[in-house]
Amino acid sequence: MDEDKTSFEERLRAAETRHGKPVVEAGPDREDKSLMAMAARAGTEMVGGLLVGVLLGWGLDRWLHFRALFLVVFALLGGAAGVVNVWRLVKPPDDLGKS
Amino acid sequence: MAGGSSIDVLGQFELHPVIGGLGQALRLSQSPIYMAVAVCLVLAFLYYGMKPKAVVPGRFQAAAEICYEFVRNLAVDTIGPEGVAFFPFIFALFFFILAGNYLGLLPFSFTFTSHIAVTFALAMMVFLVAIIVSLKVQGLKFFAHFMPAGAPVALAPLLVPIEILSFLSRPVSLSIRLFANMVAGHVMFDIFASFVIMLAGLGFVGDVLAVGPLVINVALMGLELLVGVLQAYVFAILTCIYLREAVAH
Repeated sequence: MDEDKTSFEERLRAAETRHGKPVVEAGPDREDKSLMAMAARAGTEMVGGLLVGVLLGWGLDRWLHFRALFLVVFALLGGAAGVVNVWRLVKPPDDLGKS
Repeated sequence: MAGGSSIDVLGQFELHPVIGGLGQALRLSQSPIYMAVAVCLVLAFLYYGMKPKAVVPGRFQAAAEICYEFVRNLAVDTIGPEGVAFFPFIFALFFFILAGNYLGLLPFSFTFTSHIAVTFALAMMVFLVAIIVSLKVQGLKFFAHFMPAGAPVALAPLLVPIEILSFLSRPVSLSIRLFANMVAGHVMFDIFASFVIMLAGLGFVGDVLAVGPLVINVALMGLELLVGVLQAYVFAILTCIYLREAVAH
């Protein structure tokens, strides 16, 4: 009985260290992962903005029969939106204003 | 897949009817089949993982609990206390995408996340949920976000369209990221696998040289395992970020 209890305590401690270890390591690992996630995001954020601008401009041109006026304007705005997206991604967190 | 001396890298993404006449009649392609398989796998994993209901979990139960806690922490840390409400949604998204990415790495299988139709549908779902939640929580104040605080009013005609485009680009970049990563990975697999076959046709020298692309493919598999989980994570965390903005007052 007593032996059984100590073995349980041992197993519990072992389980706790097993469980506790990843919790300790979670900090840097998590940081690393979100850094990689950020790197994976940056490129498409930029392309996404431009693509939406071009598509929207093209669609408006087609709809309203403006030859390429909206396409030109919205491609530029879309490019700017892409840069804004990337800036949101990399800006320091203490930056005030719209989150 | 690669056949003969030509490299057909995009053939692997083609949809065609499966399971014979029934599939033909129902226009059933590999994509929905693999989606169903992915859902069943995730459900089976959770069901059988949690079946023992042990206080000190076994390996399988521990794995299920770690997955649960991982996504729950992700949701609550990013969104805040309101994140609990969205946790099932994010959990389902994360594991659906993860299962899809990993199922696609099995030989002869199909990657449904390599189709923009699938990823864009997922991204639009996230986008619409975020908009609905924003409108519900913030009401019409939601539209005030399109004008950056503290910016001169004279710049509004320039800033507001940029903000709107930036907002609209979210589902696009979300879907393109996942789709492009999956397509790129599988195209690379196919190219290097084709190299192996083509070099092996050159006799002894080719056999020796073919080891190179084979080794690269093994390394690529490791990379793709990382990319698969990373893209699912990015998708989930971006969903969390969008929902955090939605629930913020």
